[in-house]
Amino acid sequence: MKITLNGEAHEVESGTTVTALLGALKIPLVKVAVERNLCIVPQSTFDEVILQEGDRIEIVRFIGGG
Amino acid sequence: MQDKPLVIAGREFTSRLIIGTGKYKDYAQNAAALKASGAEMVTVAMRRVNVMNPDEPMLVDFINPKETVYLPNTAGCFTGEDAVRTLRLAREAGGWSLVKLEVLSDPKHLYPDMEETVRAAKMLLDDGFEVMVYCSDDPVFAQKLEDLGCAAIMPLGAPIGSGLGLQNKVNIRLIVEQSSVPVIVDAGVGTASDATEAMELGCDGVLMNTAIAEAQDPIRMARAMKHAVIAGREAYLAGRMAKKRYADPSSPLAGLI
Repeated sequence: MKITLNGEAHEVESGTTVTALLGALKIPLVKVAVERNLCIVPQSTFDEVILQEGDRIEIVRFIGGG
Repeated sequence: MQDKPLVIAGREFTSRLIIGTGKYKDYAQNAAALKASGAEMVTVAMRRVNVMNPDEPMLVDFINPKETVYLPNTAGCFTGEDAVRTLRLAREAGGWSLVKLEVLSDPKHLYPDMEETVRAAKMLLDDGFEVMVYCSDDPVFAQKLEDLGCAAIMPLGAPIGSGLGLQNKVNIRLIVEQSSVPVIVDAGVGTASDATEAMELGCDGVLMNTAIAEAQDPIRMARAMKHAVIAGREAYLAGRMAKKRYADPSSPLAGLI
């Protein structure tokens, strides 16, 4: 099924959790924050939240800034 | 004589210098500049992970958030909603409630949109954030932001990244005199004397990024800024001599041969 990941179209299998998505992308869980359809996904729920068709997912991290 | 620590939202800092983490050659140079500056707090931005390259260097691997206070900013936000969204993500990623609010307007001058800044500050304070707020050097808006409950008032010295130094010392001093929360000059510092000047006016601290990152030798400039902030603070506490219109000899005239 299709989701939008950081503004780009992305394909995932149905039943994919946030943890599974991050794992597939090889993104370390502890260093990022995830937003799903403009709502924060708490890190404690990454294992439980299952992505749905059309979800807009943002994965962000800290970078240098002023 | 010990100076009292800088206290922002209940947190104590020995250093009165806050540095940014943008525009450096790499994070290693950034970390070295931080060490040389003696700063205990750094501003950081939130951006999308590059999903095509998850192995790219991470800021947290170079500057440890357990040792240095991360101050997430809202750079690039042009509305209150953008700012709140960004900082909620920062709070989730790092667990920090102390944040830097900046709501910008025209990219040409990056002046803060003060109407939107006040609105965003209210939203953030209602949501439990402790807000250090980047603002214009207008004492009226500065007072409004303090009255709302902001943890620190951060007026610009000059446009972000311009290095032009303090353009309106009268206003900065007025803000210092009226404020009961820390006043930190944010933006506009170009070289060490600019930082000293801000501290001599009675500011509680200075925040800078480009002045260090774009110096020919950023590590050396970071060290210079450390000394500049200390020198300005000490001079302010010492109380400068009165200015006079004519010379006043330092050697006594009595007993001249």
